[in-house]
Amino acid sequence: MKPLRDGTLTKLEWEIEEIKGLDPSEIQKLGLDGSKLVKMLRKMIEIRTFEEKVEQLYVYKAALQGAAHLYFGEEAIAVGVCFALKGEGYVFSTHRGHGHALAMGISPKEVMAELFGKVTGVCKGLGGSMHVCIDPEKGAMWASAIVGSSVPIAVGAGLALKYEGRPEVAVAFFSDGATNTGAWHEALNLASFWKLPIVFACENNQYAISMPASKAVTCGRVAYRAVAYGIPGMIVDGNDVLSVYKATIKAKERAKRGEGPTLIEFLTYRMKGHGVYDKAEYRPREEEERWKKLDPISRFSKLLLELGVISNEDLKRLENEVKEEIEEAVEFSKKSDFPPFSMLEEVTFR
Amino acid sequence: MREITYAEAIREALKQEMQRDPNVFLLGEDIGAYGGAFKVLKGMLDEFGPERVRDTPISEAAIVGAAIGAALMGLRPVAEIMYMDFLPIATEQLVVQAAKMSFTSGGKLRVPIVVRTQYSLGRAHASQHSEFFPVWYMNAPGLKVALPSTPYDAKGMLISAIRDDNPVLFIECGLLYRNKGSVPEEPYEVPLGSADVKREGEDVTVVAVSRVVVEALKAAEELQKEGISVEVVDPRTLSPLDRKTITDSVKKTGRAVVAADDHKTGGVTAELTATIVEGAFDYLDAPIVRVASPDVPIPFSPPLEKQYMVWSDDIVKAIKEIV
Repeated sequence: MKPLRDGTLTKLEWEIEEIKGLDPSEIQKLGLDGSKLVKMLRKMIEIRTFEEKVEQLYVYKAALQGAAHLYFGEEAIAVGVCFALKGEGYVFSTHRGHGHALAMGISPKEVMAELFGKVTGVCKGLGGSMHVCIDPEKGAMWASAIVGSSVPIAVGAGLALKYEGRPEVAVAFFSDGATNTGAWHEALNLASFWKLPIVFACENNQYAISMPASKAVTCGRVAYRAVAYGIPGMIVDGNDVLSVYKATIKAKERAKRGEGPTLIEFLTYRMKGHGVYDKAEYRPREEEERWKKLDPISRFSKLLLELGVISNEDLKRLENEVKEEIEEAVEFSKKSDFPPFSMLEEVTFR
Repeated sequence: MREITYAEAIREALKQEMQRDPNVFLLGEDIGAYGGAFKVLKGMLDEFGPERVRDTPISEAAIVGAAIGAALMGLRPVAEIMYMDFLPIATEQLVVQAAKMSFTSGGKLRVPIVVRTQYSLGRAHASQHSEFFPVWYMNAPGLKVALPSTPYDAKGMLISAIRDDNPVLFIECGLLYRNKGSVPEEPYEVPLGSADVKREGEDVTVVAVSRVVVEALKAAEELQKEGISVEVVDPRTLSPLDRKTITDSVKKTGRAVVAADDHKTGGVTAELTATIVEGAFDYLDAPIVRVASPDVPIPFSPPLEKQYMVWSDDIVKAIKEIV
């Protein structure tokens, strides 16, 4: 137990754990074999390739309209968390949800077609980019485009799991920005009050549009806010997929033991602007360069190459496969139909 | 038939649905040992235990949010928001989240929640504990809005609301809680989206909402003595709105008064008037008269509050303008 800040809060019971970079010897202990590691890397590359394509379609080809918030640079979090769930989790996503959707096993075709507003999309074209992580059969429960608002809803999912004595967990993805909303604070308090099986997964990508987390999160770290709700907080290297995986397993096991929620702050970086059209001129280029060196995909592929889990040829082949899959998703989307206007009333009420 | 109060009818609906379906549970502030701020839930904790009658901290957004999440997982939560004035805190969850989930997901999601609340107009609770703004929620496609005016409707509509796969805002009226009426003991449904002709008449239609239905019936009784025959229509739900029953009645009588005790501008009476103009204009023999509360916040001072509200005298006066 060390003080949170010098001289303050020292009398409180609190627990903040840090997980930074994993010793490769730990990998086996986590139950990750070669094929699973490659699957994780493949999924990260899938998300990155998808987002590169989306950016191209919006900005350079003007083929897509509306908003799109790219997950570029945060891939380790969606993949680490969703793989750690092993099908035992219900996920609540955000406006920046392409990565969550793909990591939950929604196909690139369905996600891409949704961005095109086509009836073959995951929400039949009615949701768009900010609502792609919705497929209850896959555990993707809802994606709120209002920052912070899906967090109380995730609490309700945790409540349902506890109510029915089910062994799964609910996961709320949100950003550093969300932790400044009232809904978020109400949600954490209520989850702790009822000791619900929830993983609060904060993707601290350092910015809420242009507002730096370093200024807006006034106690310094999102994880410290766990103290106020009597739950454990964790600070995790969010650009290391194995650290993400390990932290999530830990929080999930704790939830399954009936010990309640955990707040995990994954430190990462929004490598692109807030949305596709934002050039992020409000932040220093040196900072971007610093984070580029911590690119989660380069780090993970380098590790797997070093460990001999994958060869350079394998990696090349995998990248090409993914590229082809994304191209197919675009072709599929272009060929698909728009939804009929008559559908709108049918789905407004059940 | 046995008579019970409006509050007892609500309690009975909840009780019977909880006995029938283990997925139904309650959450809200002071609903457990306290029995709800108006004792509507008295005894529920003893019968169903703290897992199904869940007291919450003061967190309106999280109460409704938690209900939504539980509903997405297959449960049927009934959340209570103590006063309608507190509902705006949870309105983002109810309107921007719940009401849009089926739509935004292309029909994949369903959100069977009921949010119960009540308006306390007429109890000298001042501007922040008396409000009644049902139109905010009428303007939210995907959300049903139910406002029973009798114990019979309260029980049947609440049972329907709980069994409905859409989010339902169930607005009770504090002043009606002690009103008694005939209520069958067995469970029954009053369909949401069907208006009810509370009293048949020939000369004029009064379309009234929630407690003002009771005032309209008093007015009808009084005018009967003067030989004026008044038909009283209660929409019962504002979303969906049963426009047909309303316009059919006006087609029959040729005259209409619309009455509700929310603010006049952009209020319930505005939509009801528009409904009649669109659906029965050619049948009107006189202008439509609106009876509503003024466009000011609700005053504390009891005589002023009384004057602010809609009473049977106001409705009698309105009817006499056009009959």
